[in-house]
Amino acid sequence: MVPALKIKNIHVSYFGRTAIEAIDLTLEQGKVLGIIGPNGAGKSTLLKALLNLVSVDKGSIEIFGKTLKENRKRVAYVPQRNQYDWDFPIHVLDAVLIGTYPNLGIFKRPKKKDKEWAYECLKKVGMEEFADRQIGELSGGQQQRVFLARALAQKADIFFLDEPFVGIDVSSEEMIVKLLKDLRDQGKTVVVVHHDLSKANEYFDELLLLNKHVIQFGNPQQVLRPEVMRQAYESELSFLFEVGVNG
Amino acid sequence: MAFIDGLIEYDFLQKALLTSVMVGVVCGVIGCFIILRGMALMGDAISHAVLPGVAISYALGINFFFGAVFTGVLTAIGIGFVSQNSRIKQDTSIGIVFSAAFALGVILITVLESSTDLYHILFGNVLAVRPSDMWITLTIGIIVLVSVYVFYKELLVTSFDETMAQVYGLPVRLIHYFLMTLLTMVTVASLQTVGIILVVAMLITPAATAYLLTDRLSTMIFLSASIGASSAVIGLYFSFTYNLASGATIVLAATTLFVIAFLFSPKQGILWRKINTMRKRQLAN
Repeated sequence: MVPALKIKNIHVSYFGRTAIEAIDLTLEQGKVLGIIGPNGAGKSTLLKALLNLVSVDKGSIEIFGKTLKENRKRVAYVPQRNQYDWDFPIHVLDAVLIGTYPNLGIFKRPKKKDKEWAYECLKKVGMEEFADRQIGELSGGQQQRVFLARALAQKADIFFLDEPFVGIDVSSEEMIVKLLKDLRDQGKTVVVVHHDLSKANEYFDELLLLNKHVIQFGNPQQVLRPEVMRQAYESELSFLFEVGVNG
Repeated sequence: MAFIDGLIEYDFLQKALLTSVMVGVVCGVIGCFIILRGMALMGDAISHAVLPGVAISYALGINFFFGAVFTGVLTAIGIGFVSQNSRIKQDTSIGIVFSAAFALGVILITVLESSTDLYHILFGNVLAVRPSDMWITLTIGIIVLVSVYVFYKELLVTSFDETMAQVYGLPVRLIHYFLMTLLTMVTVASLQTVGIILVVAMLITPAATAYLLTDRLSTMIFLSASIGASSAVIGLYFSFTYNLASGATIVLAATTLFVIAFLFSPKQGILWRKINTMRKRQLAN
């Protein structure tokens, strides 16, 4: 089976300053991958590079063996929540309906069956009773679920989520994790940029620990070891060592 | 009513009414996308930037539409170029480029000694609409409305979530410049009716009023178009009856409708918000 993601030696810089360098990664299909690392490690940059939202200085990226351009319809992306204008005049169901646009192509309008499908996706995240609400009226967790529903509506094979658990309630988080695992069980691939290390071992099949370059890639047992984590978080933790917290 | 009699009697008033209603409708429609994309200042910029184009067109003896669209689009590209290739932010870039274009326009009109009356270009004179102007306005109006209808889906997704649009392969930059072209055309169509200086009000005020009244983009567009059209009719009535500048009366009519929505909108109006807060407080006590 062709790998879901094959990244070869990619480098990204902003105005001459290195953001990520020499990233290599091969991810099999049907996995939930967590990208972790300290602030400024280049997690979001890596995600943006994969989605061709920032230009790559060097290296190659293959999604299911092809470039993103050739495989766009198999890709769904859930941006960070703070990227939206929550006052935008759009109802929950219409926001999910946008997920059907990529498959409709230009000129075609969503039909009844597309609306039914959007409603179906909204049901999967347990938000159907909010279908007619304006998106700004929802809580953070509800908003995140709606945007996951939109991604589901895209019928993609690989899902990219940027910090989906920031500022959301526990039950929404649990529901989203369960949905991501369901997707995996259907053979889909999920890539999540993640901030909080505490539950990383429960949420992900594979972890990529990043600090501008790859510190470690593997299953959670391989990555979440103190001596490995220390390499990535050293600069953040150094002051703790200085004051003698860890001997 | 003298206005109604005038409408029946005078050909020029019929033309003025038709033209200004069309302007109200298209400004209302395009205005929705302008305010949702946070580009109100861009509307102001483009409207000022058509001035040099108008001057050159008159000097060359061609229809002012072509020159105006040309310099308008050029300005939009110039603004994008400056903000994308330096640390200068979009609003600053807009300020630099459009004032330069406007200044150039003022000089060109003086130097070329065109027969154009600067005052009319700046403030509009809808009662002097010529048949050719009316046809230009109607044609532009139809082009704009058809474009928005055909590309509604793309305009919606790029306004709401440009990143997603980009990921699934929409040419977001092309769509931006397409919208800028429509904006320029709308501005040109509005020259006769409200003039360069006040076009921005027709773009923003009806759309903002509609924004306070609904939570749905499609409804917002229809409301905004109706509010724009109503402002045009009301404004024209006052302009004709009291012999006032049409641009000013139309804009003030739009402003009045905005103030009403601002106070009384069921969801966003400050009156209901106050009442609801007071009710909550009483319940809490």
